[in-house]
Amino acid sequence: MSRATRRLLGRIGFYLLMAVIVLYAVFPFYWAIVSSLKPGSEMFRVDFFPPPNLVNYRAIFTEQPFYLNILNSLIVAISVVLLSLALGLLAAFALGRIRFRGRSILLFTILGVSMFPQVAVLSGMFELIRWLGLYNRLPALILSYMIFTLPFTVWVLTTFIRALPKELEEAAIVDGAKPLTIVTKVFLPLLSPALITTGLLAFIAAWNEFLFALTFTLSGEQRTVPVAIALISGASAYELPWGNIMAASVVVTLPLIVLVLFFQRRIVSGLTAGAVKG
Amino acid sequence: MTTASRLTRSRTRSAWMFLAPMLVVLLLVAAWPLARTIWFSFTDANLSDMAAAEFIGLANFEYLLTDPDWWQSVRNTLFFTVVSVSIETILGLGIALALNMHMPGRGILRTAVLIPWAIPTIVSAQMWAWMMNDVFGVLNELLILVGFIDQGIAWTANPSTALWAVIMVDVWKTTPFMALLILAGLQMLPSECYEAAKVDGVHPVEVFWKVTLPLLMPALLVAVIFRLLDALRIFDAIYVLTGNNQATMSMSVYARQQLVDFQDVGFGSAASTLLFLTIAIFTTVYLTLARVGSSEGDRA
Repeated sequence: MSRATRRLLGRIGFYLLMAVIVLYAVFPFYWAIVSSLKPGSEMFRVDFFPPPNLVNYRAIFTEQPFYLNILNSLIVAISVVLLSLALGLLAAFALGRIRFRGRSILLFTILGVSMFPQVAVLSGMFELIRWLGLYNRLPALILSYMIFTLPFTVWVLTTFIRALPKELEEAAIVDGAKPLTIVTKVFLPLLSPALITTGLLAFIAAWNEFLFALTFTLSGEQRTVPVAIALISGASAYELPWGNIMAASVVVTLPLIVLVLFFQRRIVSGLTAGAVKG
Repeated sequence: MTTASRLTRSRTRSAWMFLAPMLVVLLLVAAWPLARTIWFSFTDANLSDMAAAEFIGLANFEYLLTDPDWWQSVRNTLFFTVVSVSIETILGLGIALALNMHMPGRGILRTAVLIPWAIPTIVSAQMWAWMMNDVFGVLNELLILVGFIDQGIAWTANPSTALWAVIMVDVWKTTPFMALLILAGLQMLPSECYEAAKVDGVHPVEVFWKVTLPLLMPALLVAVIFRLLDALRIFDAIYVLTGNNQATMSMSVYARQQLVDFQDVGFGSAASTLLFLTIAIFTTVYLTLARVGSSEGDRA
């Protein structure tokens, strides 16, 4: 075999492997879409290109309060994003720009918090939420989600703030600007890409959270999307309405995928700033 | 007092003012609940009336260490963690190497691998549960078609395959994340080494083992520990795929079942505390590594 053919074969093999990986990554979601478009009777036939039928989509909005679940998830996720960005930006300015004793230890303690297993705070959090009178109410989720979005936001924003040139701030200090003015007038505009990135990641984390949402809500009207999808049940325990489950899955996932595809470069840089550069 | 030191003092004061809101929230939602959970683990607290908890010493831990179901959940968690993180590392490394090559079509590859990452764990677990359905699942259908099996396997119900089903879902969902972390590490490698190897005519496979892998090791290690910490606390996928089934129960599922379903806050908290300690050890290792890595950036 000549060198050229060997190289050609190698290249074909490589692209074949890439195609398999792409198929593996995409197929389950494709299959969910296909299944969601089949009415009950055809659900159990393997058919790769069925004629679309929206009966399952109608069912999830009429048989259960799924639109409420989506609204709940939106309220929780957006509140979590705004709150963690506001608190995180202030903290990141202090951690990234001001030298003070204990800064390094503080930063690593915050990173340590993001490693907490959620179940480790479950009983204490349960007690706190009941004591605040928030059980089975959305603020319980907004508050408890801070445990994983806040450390992460602080950490990533600190990394971004450190990368900005020092001269910017020095000029503002010479002009006599107060620290809060520096944050809002100098850093906020420059950091908007970083804020979008961290905000997106916090949004996705809050949108996807399950353990707290399962434990701290009780009624169907207060549930967020993941809990609603996990607990969809049919006429009997042995007869899960797979068509409805798949339709609900597609409804909540499509916006996320669009977001991710649109912002993919930023998400990748945010993720890696959070972990590797640590 | 000089102007400079007054400026430093006022800046230090404003630093703590800026940190205060974040610190208050973290104390409220992290430190305080953690302390209460550890306290509950030494009591007989019950979910219906947590205020009536009484101190009972190490009784919860003694009972926990003799409960075979607990040890089963520890074994499940460790098995799941080791197997899935190993597979994810190898696959992730492969995908990262491919993404790092300048070849046409790598944009499609990157976009495709981001899709599983964006899908909520609950949703991906449900999608796979449907694909792995014993009678109507497409997975069995395809395997029968190819001739690997004669009749459908009950992937999630069968104790010998249930944990593998969970691993399959986790690998699908988190390999992309691993690939992206490793890719970031690859992109930081100095290109001079590769140019030198190219000039010397070293075979690409040898370049990988002798140049890429050793240089990549620190980033790879951090990514692996990051994933280990995440895998040790697995809850969502197991809860959806197999519920409170003992064959696949993880430490998190066990602790939550005791705490919420059996209302035994004291006992559940003891299990949570042990899981916390396990993860705390790994975290310390991770932070030490990360700190060594960032000491340069800190000095700046």
